[in-house]
Amino acid sequence: MADNGTKRIVIEPVTRVEGHGKVSILLDEADRVKQARLHIVEFRGFERFIQGRPFWEVPVLVQRLCGICPVSHHLAAAKAMDRIVGAERLTPTAEKMRRLMHYGQIFQSHALHFFHLVSPDLLFGFDADPAIRNVIGVAAKHPDLAVQGVMMRKYGQEVIRLTAGKKIHGTGAIPGGINKNLSIEERDFLLKDLGQMIEWSRGAVKIARDYTLAHLEELSPFGSFPSNHLSLIRSDGAMDLYHGNLRAIDATGAKIFDQVDYTRYYDYIVEEVRPWSYMKFPFIKSLGPEKGWYRVGPLARINTCDFIDTPEAEAARKEFLAVTGGAPNNITMAYHWARMIEVLHAIEKIGELLHDPDLQGTDLVVQGQRQSEGIGLIEAPRGTLFHHYRVNENDQITMANLIVSTTNNNEPMNRAVEKVARDCLSGRKITEGLLNRIEVAIRAYDPCLSCATHALGRMPLTVRLFDCEGRIVDEVSR
Amino acid sequence: MAPDQPRILVIGYGNPGRLDDGLGPALAEALESLELPGLTVEAEYQLTVEDAALVAEHDVVVFADAAVDGPEPFEFRSVEPVAGAGFTSHSVEPAGVLALARELFGARTAGYVLGIRGYEFDEFGERLSAGARANLEAATRFLERLIRRGGTGLAEVASRN
Repeated sequence: MADNGTKRIVIEPVTRVEGHGKVSILLDEADRVKQARLHIVEFRGFERFIQGRPFWEVPVLVQRLCGICPVSHHLAAAKAMDRIVGAERLTPTAEKMRRLMHYGQIFQSHALHFFHLVSPDLLFGFDADPAIRNVIGVAAKHPDLAVQGVMMRKYGQEVIRLTAGKKIHGTGAIPGGINKNLSIEERDFLLKDLGQMIEWSRGAVKIARDYTLAHLEELSPFGSFPSNHLSLIRSDGAMDLYHGNLRAIDATGAKIFDQVDYTRYYDYIVEEVRPWSYMKFPFIKSLGPEKGWYRVGPLARINTCDFIDTPEAEAARKEFLAVTGGAPNNITMAYHWARMIEVLHAIEKIGELLHDPDLQGTDLVVQGQRQSEGIGLIEAPRGTLFHHYRVNENDQITMANLIVSTTNNNEPMNRAVEKVARDCLSGRKITEGLLNRIEVAIRAYDPCLSCATHALGRMPLTVRLFDCEGRIVDEVSR
Repeated sequence: MAPDQPRILVIGYGNPGRLDDGLGPALAEALESLELPGLTVEAEYQLTVEDAALVAEHDVVVFADAAVDGPEPFEFRSVEPVAGAGFTSHSVEPAGVLALARELFGARTAGYVLGIRGYEFDEFGERLSAGARANLEAATRFLERLIRRGGTGLAEVASRN
């Protein structure tokens, strides 16, 4: 164990810096599941690391948080820094370039997750041998799908490269705007493959939809429960992944709050610390910790919005909601279908933007009256991402608070694991089937442990079973 | 580039914001500045599936990463395509990238892993430890020599490790 309590796992000879998941299941005297917990080791050092750094460096520095969604952190930090420089409203070119970057990020992240992490579960079944139930298994049996996943991810990365300057560690968004526009050549390069990407996105929606409908009876109770849902929302109620106000609804669709200015998020959202977890548990203040937890991400966003402002994704949303008669969908496995609807929405938006001449504009940056506090929220691929900073008169960061998407989904992920454990555990043995199902339930949330956590080594899933006296009676690692 | 010269790709990966984990990208930066003929250099946070497409366009790929353990100043060995199961991570191991390149694109790219020994990983910070800097220098010179020879000897050197 390292001094900070994180577990060090070494892979010879190379290693990755990522998180890891650990599940503990506690039995009662009758060997029934009493409690199940997902432990994620959150590393809070980043917020200290950036203290004292000049605020204009922050949109670049925050990308060090995560190798998978650096663009989300880049944009959320840039939005917070817009406030610091007093940029109340960006130029059309700046906002549209940022949106293009963001839709590129959504597109590649969702496609990667679906085709290369989730499709093995869907194509081969939850009980398939893990030696086959992986991306290489998909590549061998369904090479067309595996190639689509690679090429969609690649396309999204190209959108990011051309808007942020680089595929990773981009510098495109700066306080008050953007540092480049999109040239005609760059636009035409992206337009070249747009039609193919739209076609593949339609296909991905169909795969997720057909799978969900064909297995609805099995999927409906799987790791599922009624919950609140939270996301940003546009002023007219449309889904907006880049900007908006906060809306929270309950499991029936009733609004808990609506059109809340996100710069006052701390009046509505509280982070609870629990002694057994490094990762905090956010909840809606007015409802308290027991009833106020919520889900974020694709499922929440489809549930909270009134409509989607692109035609094909809107048609897909209507079909999605028809499954629950228009009420919010609380089926955990429906995250995948919702995620693919967002892929379709993102590529439709990319198409709209590429045809917008504002992207070739030259008015890139605005400034206004300098402020000492900045808050930026964005709908990252995995859900609502909060960045909050204070800056002193020397332009140095004095306070940073980040609530990442995976932290917002902490309680629901715990509930999903507990539900699966209660439904699938029999006796005192962690079976392959149970392990598989726990994996599948967590994966539905697409947790990005590498931005929520810090640990050395591969990302294993370790499940431990404790008897009523706290003794480990079984342990399995993947 | 001579017509028979192999197309060599070096992917240096890791997070430069987490101390010695940035050794891979630092190696990529050092090699890029040398402008070696026939060499493509990429720097990434972590390996991902689309690397398979890039790998497939090359005859040789070297995956350069920080190592938390193992020989000093570095270890160099060959790697074969192997399918691996993922949990939630979006990253792929070198053997998995090679397996995807083979399955999806029919590639027969020769793969090598360069594990540069690092020492400090447990906090955020954009600096390399003194030991890691020395190991980086040694790894850069080692790879530069082999690449300047057109990749000749890569397999022999790797087989000795």
